[in-house]
This record gives sequence, C-alpha cells and structure tokens, in this order.
Amino acid sequence: MIFVTVGAQMPFDRMVRAVDEWAGERRRGDVFAQIGPTEWRPGHVKWTQFLQPPEFAQRVAEAKVIVAHAGMGSIITAMTTGKPILVMPRRGELKETRNDHQLATAQRFLELGKVAVAFDENELKDRLDRLDEVAAAGRVGPWASESLLSTVRGFISGEKTP
Amino acid sequence: MNSRASPQTEPKRILAIASGGGHWVQLLRLRPAFEGHRVTYVTVNEGYRTDVAGERFHLINDATRWDKFGLLKMGLRLAWIMARTRPHVVISTGAAPGYFAIRLGRILGARTVWIDSIANVERLSMTGTLVREHADLWLTQWAHLAEEGGPRYAGSVL
Repeated sequence: MIFVTVGAQMPFDRMVRAVDEWAGERRRGDVFAQIGPTEWRPGHVKWTQFLQPPEFAQRVAEAKVIVAHAGMGSIITAMTTGKPILVMPRRGELKETRNDHQLATAQRFLELGKVAVAFDENELKDRLDRLDEVAAAGRVGPWASESLLSTVRGFISGEKTP
Repeated sequence: MNSRASPQTEPKRILAIASGGGHWVQLLRLRPAFEGHRVTYVTVNEGYRTDVAGERFHLINDATRWDKFGLLKMGLRLAWIMARTRPHVVISTGAAPGYFAIRLGRILGARTVWIDSIANVERLSMTGTLVREHADLWLTQWAHLAEEGGPRYAGSVL
C-alpha cells in the first residue's frame, strides 16, 4: 500500500489531485489517502478526510511508503516507523499554508537524507513512478533528544536558566 | 521524609499545550521530561485523547490569527481551563493555542516555555516571535537560529 496524507488542518488539492490522476493513469488500486479538508474528491484512490490516531498508525504500519505534504507530523511519523517518505511542500503563494516554511522544511530534511522531495505536482507524478527508489532513513526513537529533555526537566524543577 | 530517590523536586502542575498535527507530535516527544509531575494536556482534536490515555486532557477549538471570533472563543475556553488547573509551568510547541496559554500563564504566575516547531528551519515562526517576551525559556530547535538575546538552542525533538 501507498499511504498518502496531507494532514488534517488545511486542504491540499494540488497534491491530492496529482496523486489521484497518477493512480488513474497507472491503474493503481493500492493507494489510500487521508485528504483532510481538501475539496477535490479522488476518483481513483481510496480516501478519508481524517483518521483517528490508532487507525492512522495502522495505515502507516501497513504502508510500504508514505507520500505526504511536508508537515512535521508526517515526517516524524515516517522517521519513528522507519518508513520511506516522499513529501511535496505546500506553497505559501498558493494559500496552501501561511508561508513557505514547508519548502524550507523539505529542503532541510532532504539535505539530512530523511525524506525524498517532489517540489511540484509534475515532479510528484514522476517520483511516484520511481517510488521504489525512495529509501527509508534511519529509524529514530520515540522521544526528544536528551539535551532538550534535560533542559525542559531542569526548567520545570526550577533550575535557573542562563 | 520521602525515601524515594526521585523525583528530587516537588511535583509541579504542568499545562502542556499544542495545536494539531506536527505541533502535537512534537509535544508528545517531550513526555519523559514531565515524569513525576502532574500534567494537563490541551489540544484541538478529540482523537488525540488516546495518545495520552490516563492523563488529564482538555479540548479547545483551533483558530488562526485571521479568525478573531475563533481566537476569542479559544481564549475564553483556555482561561477557564487554566483558572482551574493553576499550572506552575506552561509549555508549548505551538502554535496559536500555545501563544495564548503562555500569555495567560504569565498572568496566573506560571513559568513558561516555548519550543518553536522544528518545521521552522529558516526563521522562527510568527507566533514564536510574538511570544518572545512572555516565555521564560524560549527555544528554537535549530542551532543556526539561536543567537545572543534571541532564542536558545538546546537540542530538538528528534
């Protein structure tokens, strides 16, 4: 299965539509999408608006690869489950999110070797054709870095911070 | 005398708050830092309750800065939750709900922590910038964004 998610907060018609068109062209029946408030209704991929966390986790576990917007929830989920992830950043000027932070996120996590990136819908279809090339990054544990945890722990217990 | 080795400090009341998606996922990754304390989670999606099963959990509406009515509703609901919770520490990974909680927390005498989302690679978020003078501990998750007089870097949620 290919699990597609654009999060649950904002529509991402451009991405959902591109994935749906690709699935139609390639006659793929193994795509499932969480489309959030996206208005475009897919005709070729199975979809739902919002999955509760347990169902979401199950869809991820069953997926061979995750295709997502460049949101940190999706990226962190891929990293903790050891799943390969292909992301497409939302664009601020298209009102897909408030600004271009997803572009910066995608670029940085691409440099770190944690994600594959399709910067627009044409590249997305191209990358979907070569999805086997998307490799999983090293799996990370469930918690924040020890330095961040100890800083927060110290602050909570009342240690003075510099 | 308490003979247990930990916690070394008095348990604190913590209000841990985040909006949905990545903000919530990042907040959950901080949970080991809350051990030994009394945590109340506040977020925007009822479905997230199962992520913190057995813990105190409150729901608020989500709103962005363009939605004045939504923000007012959120602020009132949050004020009600916080007046009853009386947190010693308010901690947030964003976005708008965390900003309000930190402002309200300050009024109620809480100490406050803002951890700007790891999504903000090039600059701090707008909310993260606005919260600056109200956060006792003001953190970025990227070393290159830390600066003197600016946010500190102390590691990331990854």
